[in-house]
Amino acid sequence: MNGASSAVVVTDLVKRFGDFVAVDAISLEARKGEIFGFLGPNGAGKSTTIRMLCGLLRPTSGQAQVSGLDVATQPEQVRQNIGYMSQKFSLYNDLTVSENLNFFAGMYSVGRSDLTSRLDWAIDMAGLRGRENSFTGTLAAGWKQRLALGCAVLHRPQVLFLDEPTSGVDPLSRRKFWDMIHTMAAEGVTVFVTTHYMDEAEYCNRLVLIDRGKIVASGSPLELKQKYMAGDLLLVECDEIGTALELLQGAPGVDDAAIFGNALHLVVPKASAAIAAVTSYLSQHGITVQTIEPIRPSLEDVFVSLTTARTGAATEKPIP
Amino acid sequence: MTGVPYTIEVHELTKSFSGVVAVDHLSFSISKGEIFGLVGPDGAGKTTVMRMLAGVMAPDSGGAVVAGCDVVASPESAKQRLSYMPQRFGLYEDLTVDENIGFYAKIFGVKAAARDERAARLLAAAGMSEFRSRLAGKLSGGMKQKLGLVCALIHTPEVLLLDEPTNGVDPVSRRDFWCILYSLLNEGVTILVTTAYLDEAERCHRIALMHEGRMLFCDTPARLKANLPGAVLSIVTSQPREISERLAGQSGVSSVMIVGDGLHLMVGDAATLIPQLKEIIAAAGLSYESIEQVAPTVEDLFVEAVTGTMRGMEQ
Amino acid sequence: MNINRLLAMAGKEIIQIKRDARSIGIVIAMPLVMMLAFGYGVSFDTKHIPLYVYDMEGSRQSQDFLKRFQSSIYFRVVKSVTTYRELVQALDDGKCQMGIVVPADFSSRLSSGETVAIQALIDGTDSNSANLGMGYSQAIIQAYSQQVTTQWQQRQGHANVLPPISVDSRTWFNESLESMATIVPGVVALVMAVVGTFLTSLTIAREWERGTMEQLISTPVTPMEIMFGKLTPYMVVGLFDTCVCAAMGVWWFGVPFRGHVWVFFLSSILFLTVVLSMGYFFSVVAKTQLAASQISLIATFLPAFLLSGFIYPIDQMPAVIQVITHAVPARYYMAILRDVFLKGTPILLMWRDFAGLALFALLLAVVASRAFKKRLE
Repeated sequence: MNGASSAVVVTDLVKRFGDFVAVDAISLEARKGEIFGFLGPNGAGKSTTIRMLCGLLRPTSGQAQVSGLDVATQPEQVRQNIGYMSQKFSLYNDLTVSENLNFFAGMYSVGRSDLTSRLDWAIDMAGLRGRENSFTGTLAAGWKQRLALGCAVLHRPQVLFLDEPTSGVDPLSRRKFWDMIHTMAAEGVTVFVTTHYMDEAEYCNRLVLIDRGKIVASGSPLELKQKYMAGDLLLVECDEIGTALELLQGAPGVDDAAIFGNALHLVVPKASAAIAAVTSYLSQHGITVQTIEPIRPSLEDVFVSLTTARTGAATEKPIP
Repeated sequence: MTGVPYTIEVHELTKSFSGVVAVDHLSFSISKGEIFGLVGPDGAGKTTVMRMLAGVMAPDSGGAVVAGCDVVASPESAKQRLSYMPQRFGLYEDLTVDENIGFYAKIFGVKAAARDERAARLLAAAGMSEFRSRLAGKLSGGMKQKLGLVCALIHTPEVLLLDEPTNGVDPVSRRDFWCILYSLLNEGVTILVTTAYLDEAERCHRIALMHEGRMLFCDTPARLKANLPGAVLSIVTSQPREISERLAGQSGVSSVMIVGDGLHLMVGDAATLIPQLKEIIAAAGLSYESIEQVAPTVEDLFVEAVTGTMRGMEQ
Repeated sequence: MNINRLLAMAGKEIIQIKRDARSIGIVIAMPLVMMLAFGYGVSFDTKHIPLYVYDMEGSRQSQDFLKRFQSSIYFRVVKSVTTYRELVQALDDGKCQMGIVVPADFSSRLSSGETVAIQALIDGTDSNSANLGMGYSQAIIQAYSQQVTTQWQQRQGHANVLPPISVDSRTWFNESLESMATIVPGVVALVMAVVGTFLTSLTIAREWERGTMEQLISTPVTPMEIMFGKLTPYMVVGLFDTCVCAAMGVWWFGVPFRGHVWVFFLSSILFLTVVLSMGYFFSVVAKTQLAASQISLIATFLPAFLLSGFIYPIDQMPAVIQVITHAVPARYYMAILRDVFLKGTPILLMWRDFAGLALFALLLAVVASRAFKKRLE
């Protein structure tokens, strides 16, 4: 173990499927109590990595330790020490709230002495006191999701894996959910989140961006926005927005242009120099600029910038 | 608008399923060439609205006119002029990309020459030209959605109804997808799109936020944000928990949320509150990197509207 | 109805049939397997009937008579007993299905030219086997008596009397072949009822299950175009299967085909319209492939098996049931097929059956086309 403060330690982890390298020598470390976000496009290797960390897939080479247990040699113990919750809540809709909790307590063999207090805790946490005998299928999405979280952590796992836990959930429930996650993290649980949902990524302490099996960036959400954005972002409001887009897409000094509603977002090497250049370039073509100002990039801008910078194009490549 | 007929007009549209109201007296209008977003969480009633506008589901009451056709009275005539992309992938996975396009072209009576020209152009825009003979079931999630869009556009519809087209699609593919949508505006296509990704709402000209079958509000994202009562503050700190305990319940602070780098606060008046908050934090012996006002997100608008409604009901 | 849209539907359906290994299996394997299963299952299950014999006389002649049972493939002489009681006990215990009792005056009565009564005891639990057993034993006895008669006549001085090679005795010995001839056309009808319904029972339900229906119903395609577009390819597939079944009947089971091919095709097209529409209707109503295929199996197999005249002759059914059989389309098709295979009856003489089939074809096509709604609930 690399010191008591690391809950997940991954060293040169590789997974090959035939000729295809799904995970290409990834190394990372998640501290105890950290909320660790794992981002990347579909097929980047996110789920393969998570499956290896959960002891469901054997790594081709490299090492991964979860709570000090080696995932390749002790997969059973690893599974006993982690909690997993997917976007598709794996609760039984035809069982009641307490029946679901009891079932998962049985699955994770929660000790008899601990059982009552854990079930009570889960019911309180999910806010389902008084609804223990309701069928799970009749609960609203937000409650279900909190119940699923309760089920996943009944056995006090040291590491919790969440797969797009709040996609499509209403914002109020989502905020409540993340509040609970932050409370657990404060108690020392390491939370591993996979998502390509940028709203979710903002809740993580540290993010790792993975593309085609390799880590391409890591840092806190703020660091990513400050460090990794290749260039500055400009917001442009003007008339004839469609024509302006076509003009700017090929214009010198503009790395990328995209429409956002009634405005354009431009990626430029340097904001201060570009503002004047873009304004005059557009006016040469008879387009008047109403507003042009630098804006702070969103995580999505960073994500797109980083993944397209590596391919040179924003289009998908064939899947092998 | 003055005399300009709307391309989509929805009036008091209502639908319930076994006693549960899914869409509750919903009304809105969309002009020609607009990208209009129906934004809201799962279960807000977005899909039901789309199905009724596509003429595949009958409303309980209320009316809707799409591209000049009354979809309640004569849904079949509206179907000539619109394209609907359901939330679940609606194409044949055991047919190739080209076979799917060919099938929908024939269903809409598109001539072979026009079909070939359009298919080539749309597939190129989608970056899918090299996948024409691949089975649709073997495409990635993002490409499936783009193929759905290509099939929906093969007959030059006047109205495009897209139900959560970017659900499960990664940001890069999502951007491609939106690029195609914007390029359609030159052809005068009117687009109604639903999304549960609140951040995606920013890409629409106008949005309607839906919650439990009702509309919370409807306007351009910029105007909605400008009208948000109060402000959003961002505090960057490594002690979010401790600071949040001190600030929660302070007068002028309506909510405190822990995020990855620190805290987000909903406050009344940023200018007067920032100095006060700095004092409170300093007095508690805690530290922060920065406190600043940030632009509210659509999620902030949503939460404010829902809690505002709840406060209204309590009073 | 727009012919291009209909063709688009049909073309899409053909591609899907070709690409789906399971549908190929249903198309090719199901008729073959069912033909073999029913062809053999119904007609060949009564060989080697276990037999007890009680020879009260024990003469050379009586033993000679009983040997004929021993040498028949239809019987297996298990034991020769010496008391009547023993024989009855064996029947009760199920040790044998049949008992033959030769009376003590067997040879004396025969030589004096009198009639001998042979007693046959049959376990009637399985009426089909019992009937067959009865038939086989009668055939053996008949043949024996023929021989005895000839010998007797020769002894009486009628020299050079040719042994009467009666057509009767041959028919008896060809009992099994004869039943095969009536069974096989019935099996063809039965197989097509089940396969035809099954083929289309999946088609609409599959589109609902896979989520492709929601997109399809948002287009201008009409319910009629969907139905005909989907049924046309399956009509071709169904006719192919009918030919496979008929070919097996003729070349594998050796059943004659005496009628006109076009009568066969006309009736098959009508019957396929009935069963394909029925499957389509179930598919529309059930909305899941599993439910639709189960409903279609139950709804077609049982009536076609029990009420079409396949195993019970219709004219021997109670009057009420006879009326009910008119509502079973397989009844008409089966009657036509039997005539086409065995008799070659002119079509005009079968007009009632054709009219019945045509009526059902029309009725079910209308019901099926009306059932489908371009709406979500």
